Formats: sequence, structure tokens, C-alpha cells
Amino acid sequence: MRPVYLVSGGVSKFAKARPDVTFQPMVKEAYDYALKDLGLEHRKAAEIVDGTIASYFSDHFTRQLKAGSMVQDYLGLCPKPSKRVEGGGATGGLAFQSGWESVASGRYDICVVYGWETMSRVNTWKGNEFIALASDVSFDYPVGGFYSGYYAMMVVRHMKQFGTSVEQMALVSVKNHHNALHNPYAQKRMKIRIEDVRRAEMVAWPLTMLDICVMSDGAAVTILASAEGVDKLDKATGRRPRPARVTGVGGGIDAMRMADRPHAEVILLPHEKAEDYEGLKYPGVHSFRAGRMASKTAYQMAGITDPARELDFIELHDAYTSSELQTYEDMGLCRYGEGGKFVEAGKPFMPGLDYGYRFPAQGTIPINPSGGLLACGHPVGATGLMQAVFALWQLQGSIARHFGNDRLQVKNARRGAIHSHAGTGTYVSVSILERAF
Amino acid sequence: MNEQDSKRRIKLTETEDGNVLFNVPFPKDLKDLKGMAPIVIKQPYHIDYIHSYGQDSPFFAGLANGKLLGTRCGPCRYTYGTPRLHCMVCGEPCAWVELPREGAVHTFTVCHFGGEEFLGETPFILILVEWPGVDTLFLSRLVGVEPEAASLAWIGMKVCAQFKRLSKFKPTDVYFVPG
Repeated sequence: MRPVYLVSGGVSKFAKARPDVTFQPMVKEAYDYALKDLGLEHRKAAEIVDGTIASYFSDHFTRQLKAGSMVQDYLGLCPKPSKRVEGGGATGGLAFQSGWESVASGRYDICVVYGWETMSRVNTWKGNEFIALASDVSFDYPVGGFYSGYYAMMVVRHMKQFGTSVEQMALVSVKNHHNALHNPYAQKRMKIRIEDVRRAEMVAWPLTMLDICVMSDGAAVTILASAEGVDKLDKATGRRPRPARVTGVGGGIDAMRMADRPHAEVILLPHEKAEDYEGLKYPGVHSFRAGRMASKTAYQMAGITDPARELDFIELHDAYTSSELQTYEDMGLCRYGEGGKFVEAGKPFMPGLDYGYRFPAQGTIPINPSGGLLACGHPVGATGLMQAVFALWQLQGSIARHFGNDRLQVKNARRGAIHSHAGTGTYVSVSILERAF
Repeated sequence: MNEQDSKRRIKLTETEDGNVLFNVPFPKDLKDLKGMAPIVIKQPYHIDYIHSYGQDSPFFAGLANGKLLGTRCGPCRYTYGTPRLHCMVCGEPCAWVELPREGAVHTFTVCHFGGEEFLGETPFILILVEWPGVDTLFLSRLVGVEPEAASLAWIGMKVCAQFKRLSKFKPTDVYFVPG
């Protein structure tokens, strides 16, 4: 396998609805941004890009089959090869890794991965119905298919098992919405308190409106290249790209019906011991085994043995405050059961920002400095790629240029992770990115 | 009749169903079109699927006969609270077994919103049911408790299966009540 570099990216600002455009021009907004940031002009890009990956989740939302080929032609990239990747909420992360595979294998020197979702084309409750079709339609969906309900059941078990509190979950909402105040790409930019989260309308006990991300319209694009591809870009633009190297890719999957998941033993990370988890039945429905598997395999490839010390930041899939907290544990930032204490200590907050709370260990490893899905929105096929773009900007040290201010810039960020996750932890991908210039 | 006239007589039949707008504002200068607001129309979509429960069909026949069925792997005895006809552990075929009517709440939620199909039923309670000696869980509805009284104390609650008299051949033909 050859080294693969993430060289550029772009994001269309996510919005509740973009009736002003169909999906193709929305992707072009992100694509044009990524080209402009490289200094690459359209015709030259069309010449040197070897192929693309299309990342979008739902044919129901789009009501258009084979939408990927319509984006390819709108971007002027026909007749270059392309394929679609789909894996629920993890679509973006999986597509990113598919782009990595295309380059690592030697098939492409330059690969564009573009993703989007247009979720405003149906009302919110029909949208929830579509999303719930990503649960078993014989046994789960007809009982009252609702993803917020499924996640609520998972965290209720986490609360029972480990004593996690709704206030600890609410802190994730406080953090991510506050971070978003400094991210012009975010949709929901708010200074809120724990009480605001708890007083918000109840959706699925104990999750309120402020514990849950929103459906959005949006697009994101990443450009991946081999060392040869980086040289080609250099030659084409007269500017040396400032890339991040993809040093680890990991993935995992779990049973679609969470009822089917085992109650067995924890999959251990290198810094953990079996004694840490004596008597714990794993994953049950309180943890995401696929998230653990994805982390373990990505860390292994990148040579990471103690992630909380060796990563400078993470952009992870916080569709729910609860799932962010559960993901801290899957990713080995703290032990299983300690996610609540981890956020309470302030560890995943940005250092130097005033959230209105005092924390004993604020900012040891910023999680979702961008505001994550909770604040940026979750146009499914774009989300995992948006994380990659924000991670690249962190590693380039270019947050100030893209956000218009540097308050969310993680100082001297050298290594970060992105984590993409599909319904109740079915598909999960983790990729490790490192500064490479 | 000249050729022009005969062409005008050939017309596609027009109807007044669907989206009818008799007059659409349009600028004289095409440059102004860039500032035009989007046209947003309603596009209905309805499908009746011919959905086969396939190998899982006996489960639904069981519900219609007041029996809750799971499956058990012959060789390894792994027992499924939601039927699977091949064992995830050893890959062998599973046999049908009847589950006890009494189980316990493993976890739950109260849905105050839901997908469009279920909005009218809110608030409703979802539970995962557990049984001793059964290795996996079963998703169902709990009725007969106050949704507003949700608390972690519900976990472990003994619950009993009840069956709808009029089967709809859906997993909701069975539901649980306390006790």
C-alpha cells in the first residue's frame, strides 16, 4: 500500500433546507472551494483527477436513483470512473476510506470524494420514518421505528449500568453548541446551559431536542492523493499542497437489530486490561462494539497505543449527546463506564474558551471542536467528509483562514481522528490523520 | 388545410389534476432569472410492497396463535429472543422454540415523537425484553404504565406478553404489560 494524503476539502454551509438548488450545485459549492483552496483551476482538475467516490445515504430522501452520476456530470468529471458508497450515517466515513483504498492500491493518484444529502425534501417526521427504515423492517421498524428512541434505549441502559446522568450528557450539548459560535459553517450556534438542555422539549426519554442533531441539506468534498498525485498538483498549481497523511483506517460493524447483540467480553485496546472489566457484559446495548473495533484497527495501523495521549483532537459522530459520551469509551479515551466523568472533568472541551462552567481538566483532548453534528447538522452523506475537512484544516493550522477566527484552532495539532457512525452503531469507521508537511 | 394548421391540430391531451398554476411571473430580461425564487412542488409517492417474511414467517403465525416464538441453535444451544434461523455464533440452523410469556425490561424509552407513521400513537413506550436463559433480547411496546412517570426503576420490571385478538401480522401483534 502506498501513502495517501488528504490535500484539500470544502464544505457547503449546512442548512435546514436549500430549496434554492438541487443537490448537484450544492456539491459544486464544496468542490469549487476545495479546488480554490489548492489553487487548482477547473479544467486542470478535470484533466488530472483519476476518479471519484460518491457518498450519499438515502434514495428515499433524494427520490432519484443513481444520483451520483448526476453529480459527476455537473462537476464536469465525466467520463472519469466513479462509484457510490453507502452505509447509513457512516456513509461519509466509509466513502472517505474507499477514496483512501483507491489511492493506496495504486489505482488512482488523485481521487475526489464528494458527499451530500438533501433531507428537506420531506417533512421532518417523514424524514424520521425514512431514517428508521435503516432498522429491520420486519421486526424493528413496525414496533415504532424511531432512531431517537433506539439511542434513548441504549443510553438508558448505560445510565443503569454505569450511573451516567442526563446532566453529563447535557454537557456535550453545551460544549458542541458553544464551539459552534466560532464556526461560521455551523447551523446551531448557541451559548446554553445544562438546564436549557433539560428544559427543551422531550423527544425520547431522556433525550431532548437539544440532545439530538438536526436533519440538514449540505455537501462536503475531500481530495485525496498519492505522493505522485501531490507532485502533480504541485506542478499544476505552482503551489505545494499542505496535506495530512492518512496513517490509519479502521472499521467495524454490529448486528442491525440491537436486540441481537451479544452480552460477552470487552474487546480490549492495548492500554486496557481484562481485569478493568470484570463482570461487564459487552456490548449489550450500552456500547458500540463496532466503534471499538473501528478504533482498535485504526489505532493498530497508525501505531497508537494510548489514544487520549497520542491524539490532539477528534471529530466524532455526535448525532446524540449520549452517543458522543458512549464513543469516548469505544475510542478508549477513558474506560467503559467513565464517559460521564470524562466530560464532567472538561477533558473534551476546547482549552481557553469560557463555557460558563469551571472544569478541573479542561481541554486535554478537544472533541468536536467544530461543534460536531449537534451544531453543524447531519446531512448524512456529507457529514463524515465534513469531519475530514475540518480535521485537515486543524492539521494545516488554517482554521483562522477558513473560519475567519482562530478560537477553534487546536494549537500545534499534529495528529487527529475522525469517526463516522451509522444507526445504533451498525457501521463505524475511524480514520487517523497526521500533519505531513 | 395547410401544413401549419394541421400541425396545430395535433395536441397532447391536457388535464387539470396535479400542480396547476395558470400564470407564472416571468421577467422580460433573462438576466433577471438568476434572482428567481425556486419553484417548489408537491410530489406524491406511494408504494404497496409485497413483503415476504420468508423464513421468519412462523414467528408471525405464532403471534396469531397466541405464541411468542424465538429460536435455538441445535449444536451450541444459543437462544435467540428475536428469531434468527441461522446461528450467529456457530453458523448452524436454528430450531423454533416457544418463549416464556413472562420476561423483564432490559431497557426502555418513551417516544414523544416518532416517524410519521407512528406520530399519532405518541407517547408510546419501547422496551427491550430479556428472559433468563435467552441470549438475545426482543423489541416490543409496553402499555399499562404512565409514560410521564419514566424512571430507571422500570429496568428489571416483570412484564407479561399479551396478544392482539385481531392479528395484523406485524411484530406489534404482541405487546407487554406489567406483571
